[in-house]
Amino acid sequence: MPPSAKSVLQAVASPVGRKVLTGLTGLGLVLFVIVHMLGNLTYLQGEDAYNLYAHKLAGYGVVLYALEVGLAAFFVLHAYIGISIWLRKRRARGGRYAKYRSARAPSRQTFASRTMIVSGLVLLVFLVLHLLHFKFGPGIGEGYVATVDGEQVRDLRRLMTEQFQSPLYAFGYPLVIILMGFHLRHGFWSALQSLSLTSPRLSRVLYPMGAVLGLIVGAGFILVPLWIYFSQFI
Amino acid sequence: MAERMTIHLSVWRQAGPDAPGRLVDYTVEDASEHMSFLELLDVLNEQLVGRNEEPVAFDSDCREGICGSCGVMVGGIAHGPQRRTAVCQLHVRTFSDGDRIVVEPFRARAFPLVKDLVVDRSAFDRIIAAGGYVSATTGGAPDANALPISKRAADEAMDYAACIGCGACVAACPNASASLFTAAKVVHLSLLPQGHVEADRRVMAMVDQMRQEGFGDCSNHAECEAVCPKGISIAGIARMRRAYVRAALR
Ligand code: FES
Repeated sequence: MPPSAKSVLQAVASPVGRKVLTGLTGLGLVLFVIVHMLGNLTYLQGEDAYNLYAHKLAGYGVVLYALEVGLAAFFVLHAYIGISIWLRKRRARGGRYAKYRSARAPSRQTFASRTMIVSGLVLLVFLVLHLLHFKFGPGIGEGYVATVDGEQVRDLRRLMTEQFQSPLYAFGYPLVIILMGFHLRHGFWSALQSLSLTSPRLSRVLYPMGAVLGLIVGAGFILVPLWIYFSQFI
Repeated sequence: MAERMTIHLSVWRQAGPDAPGRLVDYTVEDASEHMSFLELLDVLNEQLVGRNEEPVAFDSDCREGICGSCGVMVGGIAHGPQRRTAVCQLHVRTFSDGDRIVVEPFRARAFPLVKDLVVDRSAFDRIIAAGGYVSATTGGAPDANALPISKRAADEAMDYAACIGCGACVAACPNASASLFTAAKVVHLSLLPQGHVEADRRVMAMVDQMRQEGFGDCSNHAECEAVCPKGISIAGIARMRRAYVRAALR
């Protein structure tokens, strides 16, 4: 007998279902930030590369649109469950411990794991601002036009350059990215554990990979803003 | 000759569930390093009774690390700083002469405080009652090898069966989640043929009961594994999730 809609909903809302969804959406978002980071790096490949990349991406039309909607859904779901996990945990503890500390290994309780809610909320607020600045920011209509391959395209490169020449953006952005690195540090392995895709053996490799991933993705994102900021002085 | 030590304790005192609680400082002088931590509390209680004060209430039974009755936070860690050791098996020699140790009850909304260091862990009993059993009549001991169980399954089931249900996992979890306890019971039973029959129903019912009791969600901090006196692995939680998803899809 196939499961009824009600029982499926119940399973999704169960403590296990919530973890599976958090993990699934989390891994999707990890994939997204990696691609985004690589896309940003095209900025360093010379005058046209970044605009060309953005233009090509926009060329996917409906496919891109569908991906964006899916991505937004992942974000919303991930944030929603994350916040509700935090709210529920506050209720679940009851009284506060006068003294509490981690028993350490094999515990994976770290600064990163304890602050998922903080890094997550900062990322959420950042995301909204970030979309307003770039995705829904000034375009061809506002004079941000570049010519790539003889075609008129939105000059995202100029927008990006202008933004990151201000110290607020050039240094605020890396701060957010560092928090994202911490989020990945615990989140990557945690997602795999939530999806039962790891084992004590595999974890010995996969857990440190969270840190490596956080570092690499973080460094990739931070590189371009700092490059833009400092190159205006030389 | 046994070394004698002076231990300062800050113990959570609370007369009843709704009474206000606070940490009270005591000093036990001349404690033997070979005492268990609970014996140290016994000595403290003798002193208190001698002074006509109310002794500190705490749970214990076997005092050999197998019943799961004992359990307090010692220095901020469930069952104290020694790995794979229930607090009844923790020795005073683990500490240094003159140490001050904070002793608190296991804290979770699902473990309401009864008195001092005693909490009501019957939420665990209700999780077990929801499905942590085998209802098939299994008869007497089967003939040897009549029911083949691989060495691996037997070993693994034994690892999870080692759970004594003390509640340290909940106490140590930053989210007060009961995932490790529930997983240990789910996995231990479903690995064996007798428990296999009800595996789907069991995992669904026990996870649901865990939620109803008001335990928090698991955030994969793995703090539970670190404090578990039996060293039960969070791999069990991953297994429970897999079993749950499989059961939900069937
Ligand atoms: S008193 Fe039985 S396990 Fe500690």
